[in-house]
Formats: sequence, structure tokens, C-alpha cells
Amino acid sequence: MSQKAAITLNINGRGYPIEVEPRRTLADAIREDCGQTGTHIGCEHGICGACTVIVNGDPVRSCLMFAIQADGKKIRTVEGLAQGDKLHPMQQAFMDHHGLQCGFCTPGFLMLAVGVLEREPDISDKNLIDVLSSNLCRCTGYQNIIKAVRAAAKEMQKG
Amino acid sequence: MAKGKFVGRSVPRLEDRPLLTGQGRFAGDISFPGQWHMRVVRSPVAHGLLKTIDAKAALALPGVHAVWTHADIADIPPIGFRLTGLVELEAYRQTALAQRYVRYVGEPVAAVFAADPYVAEDAADLVEINIEPLPVILDAAGPPGPFDEHHDTETSVIEKKSGDIDAAFRAAKMVVALDLEIGRHSGVPMETRGAIARYDEANDVLEMHGAAKVPHWNRDRLALMLGRHPDKVQLYEGHVGGGFGIRGEMYPEDVLVCAAALKFKRPIKWIEDRREHLIAANHSRQQRHKIMAAIDKDGRILGIDNEFFHDNGAYMRTHAATVPDLAAAMLPGPYRVPAYRARGHIRLTNKTPCGTYRAPGRYESTFVRERLIDAIAAKTGIDAIEIRRRNLIDQSAMPYSLGFSTLGTDIVYDSGDYAKLMDRLLEAADWQGMRQALAHRRAAGERVGAGFAMFVEKSGLGPFDKVRIEVSSRGTIEVITGVASIGQGVETAMAQICAETLGVDYTGINVVHGQTDRIDKGMGAFASRVTVMCGEATRMAAAKLRDAALTAAAELMQTSVELLDLIDGEIVRKGGPGPSMRLAELAATKAEGLTAEAEFKSSHMVYPYGAHVVQIKLDTETGAVAIERYLVAFDIGKAVNPMLVEGQIVGGLAQGLGGALFEEFTYTDSGDPLAVTFADYLMPTAREIPAIETFVSEDAPSPLNTYGFKGAGEGGITPVGAAIASAIDDALQRPGAVTQLPVTPWRIKAMLRAE
Repeated sequence: MSQKAAITLNINGRGYPIEVEPRRTLADAIREDCGQTGTHIGCEHGICGACTVIVNGDPVRSCLMFAIQADGKKIRTVEGLAQGDKLHPMQQAFMDHHGLQCGFCTPGFLMLAVGVLEREPDISDKNLIDVLSSNLCRCTGYQNIIKAVRAAAKEMQKG
Repeated sequence: MAKGKFVGRSVPRLEDRPLLTGQGRFAGDISFPGQWHMRVVRSPVAHGLLKTIDAKAALALPGVHAVWTHADIADIPPIGFRLTGLVELEAYRQTALAQRYVRYVGEPVAAVFAADPYVAEDAADLVEINIEPLPVILDAAGPPGPFDEHHDTETSVIEKKSGDIDAAFRAAKMVVALDLEIGRHSGVPMETRGAIARYDEANDVLEMHGAAKVPHWNRDRLALMLGRHPDKVQLYEGHVGGGFGIRGEMYPEDVLVCAAALKFKRPIKWIEDRREHLIAANHSRQQRHKIMAAIDKDGRILGIDNEFFHDNGAYMRTHAATVPDLAAAMLPGPYRVPAYRARGHIRLTNKTPCGTYRAPGRYESTFVRERLIDAIAAKTGIDAIEIRRRNLIDQSAMPYSLGFSTLGTDIVYDSGDYAKLMDRLLEAADWQGMRQALAHRRAAGERVGAGFAMFVEKSGLGPFDKVRIEVSSRGTIEVITGVASIGQGVETAMAQICAETLGVDYTGINVVHGQTDRIDKGMGAFASRVTVMCGEATRMAAAKLRDAALTAAAELMQTSVELLDLIDGEIVRKGGPGPSMRLAELAATKAEGLTAEAEFKSSHMVYPYGAHVVQIKLDTETGAVAIERYLVAFDIGKAVNPMLVEGQIVGGLAQGLGGALFEEFTYTDSGDPLAVTFADYLMPTAREIPAIETFVSEDAPSPLNTYGFKGAGEGGITPVGAAIASAIDDALQRPGAVTQLPVTPWRIKAMLRAE
């Protein structure tokens, strides 16, 4: 295809100098070039949200962004949520409320929910469900995901 | 049965931590050095003669190593049948690459192998396929047409019968007849399919990673197809991003990566994209039923006669006649049907081939049967709940035989108190109060209604499951099974059962599944079978291991085995202090550790049952259906982990709502698929699924296993289409208005316009 470009992806505080074709998606670069396979690809179409990561504070579909567009930006993925062995309150809440079954959509939901709650800690129930309806899950029927995110919101506010 | 220390308790899942921290190992996460990537070139035409394939331009692209067509794999036979494999269906099996005809859009025609997946995809676009179009068949209930020179598209007609159907209709006071359709939809797991094959030349072993659902069957079948000894083919299941029937069956792509790994002696990786998934992985559900009931003056069923047309798409895949067979066999449900006849035409069309989807055959036939019951109520003027009550099989009739078989087992309902469950759910819903409140709201102009549906599920399909438990000399405990994990919580549930019986903590147990090199045989995970079959095998093996441990400990501790107990991983003296030893210490005294193995065999399935109540509101402007309330009652005999059971119910229910209201694989008149992305194939989101009220009961434990387990995986989905249809009828105050699923907004609008 075309010439590769040298870029640096900053993922969870670590720099990954990589060379990518301009057409390479951020999702593929995170997974294949940086080896962080916790970010999953469900549709490559921007609809299912399995590939959601946080870029400069905003939840982003990494299948709809080119890696080259993320050069130098701060990227957070599911691998960066826990502090050592201590799970992030969102991860803990998903476990406590059985918010996952197969776990494939889970990293996307975690990053979506964390990204939104960091920006809007007091989000209303209605808006929260609106936000969560932007990602797809095929196992849980969403109820336990909603419960988990509400519980985590309280925990995160305690700080 | 009383709650145990582990069995019956909602303990946290062992599976969760790696999945929450991004450490899962799904098919796409598996890579080997030097691997090539496969991209499948698919037919853009629904039916035609395959004239030529020109791969010159593709092969000229840097990084492309090979392009395969059928000629390259001509010695590999078509993919065989795993279940319900009628001989007459064999002519309709699919080869890994199309040979002379293409029969659906998405059919694999060629395979490109390249160093990079982007390049493989570029090259696939350059492969020129010349197809001479042929007329398409899209309606399975229409006249059959040619499949090839020797066969037509009616592959087989299956029949289930009991009693004297002609006499029933002669004696009938009234006859109710319906013509009903269920739409084409499928499981659509969030992880697309994937397969990575690798040939270990040093040991002459072919490995396939990314296996799911039925690794042992697929291993044996791949070995047969590729001419290898089964020991020289090993399948490995990693994490699996959802099962639902569709994932893990053997598909053309699995055969291609394995054959290519052997041929090129390179690891071959194939990851499906979403468009491919929606046109190439199994569809399901599409059926049309023409059903008649003979009833007496009190609305009692004398007989049911059903002729139906099952649309299996372009080929017969691994499930062969399974779905239509189950639809025919399970249609009677919880009701007494003294005379029954079902004739199912298994037809092919120029659409994606079909297989099972969660509650296969039952989602379809429950919709048909419950529509029929509602129609009987409308015809007789008797309340629909009362009609159900009059026709329910009484608890005193258990075990109850339907007089025919499915999946190689006679259908004998093992236990159940259907009326009790119905009453409990109606009381929980305050059914009378709900109906009155809705009538008031309708009088005030709202379009609101309530729906009710009942069902009998099947689960725990045998014929066996085998489990080996090993306590190593280092003290680790492994439960090695031949089942598979598709996200449902197998590891946790089996660990709970093992822990309960053995006397250890469940968190210290490692449950091994889906690895063909760890146990010689296994049946896998389908038909809500794992908790029943593998659960009982695990209990048996754990009991054996406990006996063996206590016997060995008695010898070491110079006491008698009757005086010893195993509690929390420690062998102690019953009822008092005294010398004790850890199970791990005991295992360390033996070089080979402690091992026990058990196999549970069962020739009958077990039959959970339940009912759903739903309250809905129609939006007359948009045609949307809002779920205001949804209640589920489900009797599963005995719950291992109520939290997981509830998760299964709610998750299944969400999928059921998808099939009832949104999801449909539609086609143009020329057979072009219209649902090829998630923007066209609409799955429910968090906004569409309401809070669900679940009532799990254990009134009717199965007499066929020790704990009384019945499978919990499907009762959330089975009657959703039926309940929704009933509620929409009620909202419209037009009995029988809904004759087709899914009831999409435009179909609702059409019903409203027809008023």
C-alpha cells in the first residue's frame, strides 16, 4: 500500500514507537503493533463499541480512528485500569454485579463507563442508559451492566 | 434440597478477573511467529454456475503467497453432520470452497493467503470470479426448485405422530387454523469467528486454536476429513466471545486453515469480519407453520395437525435436521395433545445456510403453539389463562411421554408442576390487576396490553460426560472435562460442584475445558447440557476422589476411614480435635498425586419449564413497542449458582426480544442480503431491555441426576416471541393480529393502518 509513517502511541503511560500505514486503524495498532489485546474488535464499523478506548479523556471507537491520528495522544485501555492487583472500582463492580458473561464486550463497556463518569460523575440515570446504549452486549441483557456502572459511580465519587 | 456450602450459592465467578483486566485470550489474540493470514473470497451472487476464477492480479500483489480454489482441496470431503444427520440430507452438504455452483451470497469461493491481513483483504478484492447467474429460490414455502441435476430443494420431510389425528378432527366441535411465520435471525455473538491452525512438524501434530463449543467432535471430524489419526489433531479452546448455537460448529473456514497449515507448513490465521459473520455464519429460525387444532366445546385440545416449512438456506450444515426436528417434537409444550401430527418440509433456499440458535426449534414452535392457544381462547370466548389451565399436563401424569423422539432420545418429561408455576407467576404479576389497569388506560386512549406464554424446555442431552479430577503432588486441583466454555460460567459452576462434594474451597479449583489433549473424549457445550451432564460427572468424580483421599489418609493416620472427614481442604477427625492433614499434604505423599475419574451416562433429556408475562405500550407514531414490565418464572430443578441462572435468563430474554421485535436477515428479490452490518441488523441495546423480574423455582428437581439439575440456558428466550405477540394483540384488542415475527415498527404501523 502506501509508505509507513513513524508514530508513537502513548498507551497507559508507556510510549510505543511504531511504524504504520496511514490506513491502519488505531484498534489494530493497539492490538497488533503494541500487543495490548485487551481492546477487542467487534464490528470495525463504529457500532458495537467493543473497541472503545479513552483518547485524551474521551471514550473513542478505536476502529474508527486511524493510528496516525492518535500519534502523541494519551490513550487508555483496559489494561491500564487496575492498580497492580487492585481492580478499578468499575472492574470490581462488574464482578460484584455479574456484569459480564463471555467478557468480549467488557473492555469496551469498562472504558466507555469510566470515560463518561470521569467527565460527568453525577450523570442522571436516563443519560447513563443513553450512554451505555451506545455499546452492544449479547450475553447479559444489560441489566447487570447498568447496576454495576451505577455502583461504580458511587464508589468513584468516594474517590 | 438445602443450600450447600457452594452449590446453591451466588458466589463470584472464577472467570471474571482475566476478562476484566484485558488478559482474555480470544481467537484474535492468538498469534504465532511467521503466520500467514487467510482472507476468504465470497460469492457476490446468490445462485449461479461458477465458470472461472482468475487470481493472477491477486497473486501479483507483494506479500500474497497463494490463492486456493476448490481444485486445491478437491480431495477433502464436504463437512458432515453432528446431529440429526438423515442419510437423504447428505447430498446437500457444503464443501469448504464452492465447486460448480454458488448458492448464496457469502459462499466461500476462493481463499487468499498473505503475510498481512490488510494485504490479504486487498488481494481478495482482486480475485475475479465469473459466475453465470441462475434463478433464485427465496421462499421455502413456495414450490421447490433444482439444487443440482439430481436433487431438488425439498431435502426431506420429517414427521412426528401420536394418537389418531383423523379421529380427533372428526370429533372436533371446533377447528382453529393459523398460518404463522418466524423471521430469519441468529445468535450473533460479539466475537466473530476465528481459527488459527498450526502444524507442529516435529511431533506431526496439527493444532487448531480458537475452537469452541464442540472441540472433540470437530477434532475427530477434521482428522477424518484430512486423513490424519485423531491423536495427530488437537483443538484448543481459548476464551470464547459468546456461543448461542452459532459459534464453534465446524465451518468451511476451519477446514481451510487446517488444510493450509498442513500444506504450507505455516501457521494460518483467519479472523472473520462482521460483514462476513452476518452473511456466512449460521442463520436460524426461519419457518412458516400452517397449524390446525381440533377442540371440544370447552376448549380442550383433541388434536393438533401442523404442516411447516423450514428454510435452511443454501446447504445442510452440521446440525442437519436438528432445528426442524426439535420444532416438530417440542411443539406440544406443557399441554395434553391426545392426537398430534407434525410434518416438516426441510427446504433449501439461496440464503445463508442455517444451524441452531439458543432454544432451537422451541422459540419457533412456542410462538406457534401459544398463538394457537390464544386463538382457541378467542374462538371459544373462554379466557386464555383458563384455556391453558384446562389443557395443562397435570403433575400427577409425570413422567409424561409424548410418544416420539428427538436428538436420539424419547421425549419423556421427567418432572414438572406446570399449573403451580403458572399460578405463582400470575400472582407475582397481579395478572387480574394488571389487566384491569391496562383496560382503564386503553379506555383513556393508550395502546397498552399484556401477554402471557408458557413453555417446556429441554436440556441435559447425553449420551455421556466424563470428568477427571487431579490433585497434584503440589496440591493444585484440576477438574478436567470435555465440555466447553462459551461465556456461561462453566468454570465456576463445575468448581462449585466439585468443592461441595470434595470438601475444598471452590476458588482453588482449576476447571479445564475445551482441550482435546487433556481428556480423550467430550461432548462439548450445547443443548443446555453442561450443568446437567458434566455437573453430575463432576460430582461423581469428586465423590470418588474424596473416598480415595480418606482411605489413603486413614492408612497414614492409622485410623479408620469412617472416623475421618474432609472439610475446607483438610482431612480431620469427625466430631472433634485430633491429628489432621491437608489434602495437599496427602497428595504430596504420592508421586502421581490423587486422581479420580467418572463418566455420567444418560439416555434421556431433562425438561425445565416456565412462563413469561409482559406488559407493553405501542407508540402509534413510530410503531415502536416499549416494554413496561417483564416477568419470568422458570423451574430448573436445582440452581448451582442463582446469580448465573438469573444472568442466563435475562441475557436470553434480551436476545428473545431482538428476535421478536428487531432482528431480521432480509434479502432483495435477487437474493442479496440486506442485513450486513450492525446498522442493518438491529440488536437490542441497554435502552430496549427493561428491568426483568425473575422467579426461579426448584419445585421439580429432575429424577435423572443426583442434584436434580435441569439446564438454565434457554428458558429466558424460548417464549419471548409468543409473549410479545400476545401482548401486541391485547394492545390492539385484535386477537390473532400478530402472525409474523419480528414485529418490527413498520409491521406495527401496518397493523395500525389496517384498523
